Amino acid sequence: MAATEPVIEIREVTRTYGEGPPALADVTLSVRAGEAVAVLGPSGSGKSTLLNLVAGLDRPTAGGVTVDGVRVDGLSEAGSARYRRAKVGMVFQFFNLLDDLTVTDNVLLPAQLAGLPRAEARRRAAGLLEHLRVDRHAGAYPGTLSGGERQRVAVARALMNRPALLLADEPTGALDTASGEDVRKLLAELNAEGQTIILVTHDRVLAESCTTRTVELVDGRIVRDTEHATAVAR
Amino acid sequence: MSALGGGSALGRVVRAGIGRRRVQTAVMVLTTLMAVTASVLATGLLVAARAPFDHAFAEQHGAHLTARFDGTKVTATQLAATASTSGVTAAAGPFRSLSLRPRTASRSDALPSGVDLPPLTVVGRADGAGRVDGVTLVTGSWATRPGQIVVAYSGLPVQPGARLRFPAAPGSPTMTVVGVARSVTGTADAWVTPAQAGALTAKGSPPTYEMLYRFRHAGTDAQLAADRAAIAAAVPRGALTGSGSYLTVRQQQTANTMAFVPFLAAFGVLGLLLSVLVIGIVVSGAVGAATRRIGILKSLGFTPAQVVRSYVGQALIPAAAGCALGLVLGNLLALPVLGDVGRAFDGPSASIPVWIDAVVPAAALALVAGAALVPALRAGRLRTVEAITVGRTPGAGRGRLVRRLTGRLPLPRAVGLGLGNPFARPARSATTAAAVAFGAATVTFGVGLALTLGAVQSGRMLDSAGSVVVEAGGGQAPPGAEAVHAGGGPGAPQADPAAVDAALRAQHGTRRFYGTAQAQVDASGITGATDVVAYRGDASWAAPQMVSGRWLDGPGQAVVTTRFLHAAGIRVGDTVTLTEQGRKTSVRIVGEAFFTAGQGMELLTRTSTLAALGLDAKPGRYTVQTRPGTDLTRYLTSLNAALDPVGAMAQANTTETSDVIVTMDALVGMLTLMLVAVAGLGVLNTVVLDTRDRVHDLGVLKALGMAPRQAMTMVVTSVAVIGLPAGAAAVPVGVALHRYITPLMGKAVGMTLPTPDIAVYHAPLLALLGLGGLLIAITGALLPAGWAARKDTASALRSE
Repeated sequence: MAATEPVIEIREVTRTYGEGPPALADVTLSVRAGEAVAVLGPSGSGKSTLLNLVAGLDRPTAGGVTVDGVRVDGLSEAGSARYRRAKVGMVFQFFNLLDDLTVTDNVLLPAQLAGLPRAEARRRAAGLLEHLRVDRHAGAYPGTLSGGERQRVAVARALMNRPALLLADEPTGALDTASGEDVRKLLAELNAEGQTIILVTHDRVLAESCTTRTVELVDGRIVRDTEHATAVAR
Repeated sequence: MSALGGGSALGRVVRAGIGRRRVQTAVMVLTTLMAVTASVLATGLLVAARAPFDHAFAEQHGAHLTARFDGTKVTATQLAATASTSGVTAAAGPFRSLSLRPRTASRSDALPSGVDLPPLTVVGRADGAGRVDGVTLVTGSWATRPGQIVVAYSGLPVQPGARLRFPAAPGSPTMTVVGVARSVTGTADAWVTPAQAGALTAKGSPPTYEMLYRFRHAGTDAQLAADRAAIAAAVPRGALTGSGSYLTVRQQQTANTMAFVPFLAAFGVLGLLLSVLVIGIVVSGAVGAATRRIGILKSLGFTPAQVVRSYVGQALIPAAAGCALGLVLGNLLALPVLGDVGRAFDGPSASIPVWIDAVVPAAALALVAGAALVPALRAGRLRTVEAITVGRTPGAGRGRLVRRLTGRLPLPRAVGLGLGNPFARPARSATTAAAVAFGAATVTFGVGLALTLGAVQSGRMLDSAGSVVVEAGGGQAPPGAEAVHAGGGPGAPQADPAAVDAALRAQHGTRRFYGTAQAQVDASGITGATDVVAYRGDASWAAPQMVSGRWLDGPGQAVVTTRFLHAAGIRVGDTVTLTEQGRKTSVRIVGEAFFTAGQGMELLTRTSTLAALGLDAKPGRYTVQTRPGTDLTRYLTSLNAALDPVGAMAQANTTETSDVIVTMDALVGMLTLMLVAVAGLGVLNTVVLDTRDRVHDLGVLKALGMAPRQAMTMVVTSVAVIGLPAGAAAVPVGVALHRYITPLMGKAVGMTLPTPDIAVYHAPLLALLGLGGLLIAITGALLPAGWAARKDTASALRSE
């Protein structure tokens, strides 16, 4: 895929819930492959709705969402699941690791759900854990890890199926400063390696330090879309 | 809701809880409905079926034991002295007793003149009153002079004014029926004055006496056996020739109803246990799922006692609704079963006593309250701060090893995750397993009952093995009787057995056959006429199922049922004396069989026995088995062409179905379905709770790409792994319950069920039943599994 080709195309998307005001109103956004885009905004601005639409977890009331050539808004439930396995990796604020599975088993999950051969999945998980410097915790349970380590494991899990897109929802929101800095660096490194990232955050500093572009939402509308250099680049 | 002690606020909390958990509420209503229906039926039938008999027995001072004595071995004075035997509280007699066959000497709507009637046990009694067996006159008056006779109610179809002739008695007297009376234990078929009884006895005939006793201890068969032994010891050896227990009579009169009690009681107990389990699950789940809500209630000022009452109330209200519905259903279902019980004693139609309608639901509600109280107390004890802050996701730690192992199995990941889930919450998994086990045991029990009832239905009638019957006409009246026969059509000539034999042998397609003749004679130890079915030819291929002993293989032998043995107070190997118009012959009981023809009181023997009594031994009916592949229609057409000239007619053998068994089948089916539905709903409830508890994890898995089908597979697998072993373990329980209950059903009707009718479980069936638990588990899990598959990922991720 050429660097300039859009990997995400959001066209005139509106999402309303019931009778209330739209969570997203006529949003159009394009993200190129290799970009790291931060979505900023206050609570209720529509950041999570936008992320859910891109992840195929929600459907727009109007408009269309296309990711890596897949028209996401028209997918069935099973199609959405296949789409997420193949195209998307997700990182959450509270890690969302399954506490009764070991670190390795957590990381293996997306590959196992996708039916990747066992040996290949294990090889890939080991490589990712090593790359993200949590390989020494491979047999541990998430509850024994620090917040930063857990988020690294979550990132490893998100990258397991080599997704075209990494979606991160407040990935440092539940971390202390040091761990947050650790995760910020990790995201910047991944982007530097070519990983397309959408980062949803309140934290403008985080946004500007590990992304190349910042999109600001207010009341479901894009009020600002600016490009900048990453901290890594800086 | 002031009954719950908390005023309107508590009432609103209870109502809101019920409204919020509609599925759980429906489960609680259904489970108590089923339990109360079966329990009301079982206890109601047990009490109501016996009540009319017990009432009449008490009112008439019924005889605990009716004993017959050989007058050649004991004198009337000696017999009168037996009233002083230890244990005897009252006695009546001795009364002269004799067996006589009457012939109608007047015409009525029911009977023409000249019809030979079955032999009667006629007793000479000065009056019907007395300290024992106070015979109640239904109509007319008591016999006060020679030529008068009182007949037993529901015996002969005659009314006062009718005349009966006794051809075999000295002088062939004709007597006038002056009354119809009822003896609760059936101590006689007819009564005459003592002088008339003496006059009816043929010269040279040995006298027979009847004594009626009441004892201090007569509540059980064992006590009555001891009482009987005391009487036997008080008279010369061999003088006591037969006896009948009131327990046997009561059993015969309530048999059809009492047969329902054992299996209904089993369903009732299963239902109550399942109710306790399901309500425990529901309330426990409600407490677990609403920990935060409880904290909020407490922070608003709810006391622990109010919290406890609110959760007990949430169980009691639907349970009370289920009890009310179960009460109505139980009483309605009892109506057809109890229909005939009251009428047999001229009383009102029996119904379930009011106290049972009060006690059973009260007991069920107490059980429900007890089951709900344990988790409700837990809710009451929760500390407010912890309740508000604690989430409901299961704490990590349990089941990790299993998860690790299942993760390494060469199985799809959804299956592996499902296999590990039950180990994270072992207590909840145990309750799911218990619900499945109850359901699987019930299915096993219900299927076994249906198979047993089916076997009983098909094996209960005599001669059902043949596909063709040949009616040879005629009746079995004694030689010299008028040409009108009670057993056959008026004036019907009887076909020549040799000609029928020849026609059957010559008929292409005939495999084998035998003939039967029927007669009614007096049998020692049995009050009234005994139906005798006499076989000619080899009938071993069509013999009824044997319980003990063997089938007839020679003259002088007889086969009877357990009920007959009890009624006559004899056992296999003993001898029964048959009497017909003064002629006697003895048959040895060689086998105990199971059949219900003739109320199970028929005596099966060879035709030579009838001949020894001077009765017509020519078969009136032939039972034929055709060769395999024979076209029955063609066979019958061809055979009838050959039989027509000899005065016989062939037709297909059809057996009637027993309404009692059909009703039992319907009840078994209904109760099994209800219990299985409750078990399935219990599973559904636990899976709903579990799925809700895991909804966040489910969201994570879906966000990682778990497809709806995989989510469904995971949930179903998590239940299947419980259902399979629980179901397999429950099968032996169901089999054991069946093996315990079915003999009790037989015992309730005075019969011993043949072993093949009880041993109905074969390996393939057991294997299928073993999968029953799996089926119940999966069926119960499908709804929440579908919910899990459809659950919106984004909202699942937002869940606590």
